[in-house]
Amino acid sequence: MTATDYIAACLLVLGGIFFFAGTAGLLRLPDVYTRLHALTKADNVGLGLIVSGLILQAESWLVACKLLLIWLLVLFAGASVSHLIARRARHKGIRVWRP
Amino acid sequence: MMPVAIFDAVLGAALLWLAWHALASPDLFKAIVLFVSFGLLMALAWVRLDAPDIALAEAAIGAGLTGAILLATLAKLQTMTGKNTFVLSAQPAFKSLFLRGLLIVLLSGSAAGIGYAVWVLPSNSNGLRLDVAANLDASGVSNPVTAVLLNFRGYDTMLEMTVLLMALLGIWSLGGLPPRPRRPAAAVLDIFSRFLAPVFILVAAYLLWVGADAPGGAFQAGSVLGAAGVLMLLSGWRPHDRFTLRYLRFALTAGASAFIILGLLTMLHQGQLLAYPPAQAGTLILLLESLATVSIAATLAALFLAEAPDHTENQ
Repeated sequence: MTATDYIAACLLVLGGIFFFAGTAGLLRLPDVYTRLHALTKADNVGLGLIVSGLILQAESWLVACKLLLIWLLVLFAGASVSHLIARRARHKGIRVWRP
Repeated sequence: MMPVAIFDAVLGAALLWLAWHALASPDLFKAIVLFVSFGLLMALAWVRLDAPDIALAEAAIGAGLTGAILLATLAKLQTMTGKNTFVLSAQPAFKSLFLRGLLIVLLSGSAAGIGYAVWVLPSNSNGLRLDVAANLDASGVSNPVTAVLLNFRGYDTMLEMTVLLMALLGIWSLGGLPPRPRRPAAAVLDIFSRFLAPVFILVAAYLLWVGADAPGGAFQAGSVLGAAGVLMLLSGWRPHDRFTLRYLRFALTAGASAFIILGLLTMLHQGQLLAYPPAQAGTLILLLESLATVSIAATLAALFLAEAPDHTENQ
């Protein structure tokens, strides 16, 4: 294994940790707003780390660009959809959780 | 090999669990969410079976568009009845013991039949794969799936196009839905759909073109384009009257009519239904697939809207 492989493996594992934390948050956090907060971490940072790990091992520039494009589209969709869910929840009168 | 086998086993078990809960959940919203998750994992299972064409179609139509149509139906039920949640009663659908017994016998009989059919399949048979490979050169495309769908078994695809059209006609003839309040879309949803619609069109065109020699094709491209239509409809866009009367109907029927016209022409010219002359096969398939893509997209978006467009415009 070369140094690039080690860096890629670290990025992939780190991304996996973010996805794990996001999933745990989705299951354990008390209301829709905090769950959205947990999910965006997995979508944005987790996927970003995994995509960077895969780009390091990509066979060509074309594959690397496609991976980057996937991440950008997910960022865009994730941010918009989270906003729409939170907006709808607020319109329905769902209160923000307070400890 | 071992981790892959474990992954497959978990995937299979998760599919069965999701399928059972999607059917058994009394809360309709929960059932729809489970159904969409089932579709996504099913797409993953097709990837594991080396069938990326079906995986694409399953993810786009099975999980995406069907899920959207089910959710839209639930939303309509909510506005029509004024109820916020739909929970089915715990009462069994069939009260009579005889009917229940009959159902159990029929269902286990057909399940045993399917199981037996799978069991007796020869484990290392090539099926029709060699025949397809031998005739691939004459089909006009190099992706065997497209060759089967559009050339060797073009008849099946012709019937599928007709089934889609029939489904829409059935829904339109039900009619009489209360007009939906048309609210201006939220700014974020508006920007989101405006930005994504061209991306969807680009991806659909790519899928259509690449279908000739890689996974892709009319159904995948059509469902992506249809999804763009659904997104636009969700953000408050409606086709203008000028388009709904003639052009929409043309788009809806283009695929089926192209198949029927080409079928008649090939019968006159080659003496057989949809038997293309090998030299023109590639061009004819691309033409058929392009028109089919437009029809599939228009039909899926219209299924989502569920009411005949000119009908709502008059109200």
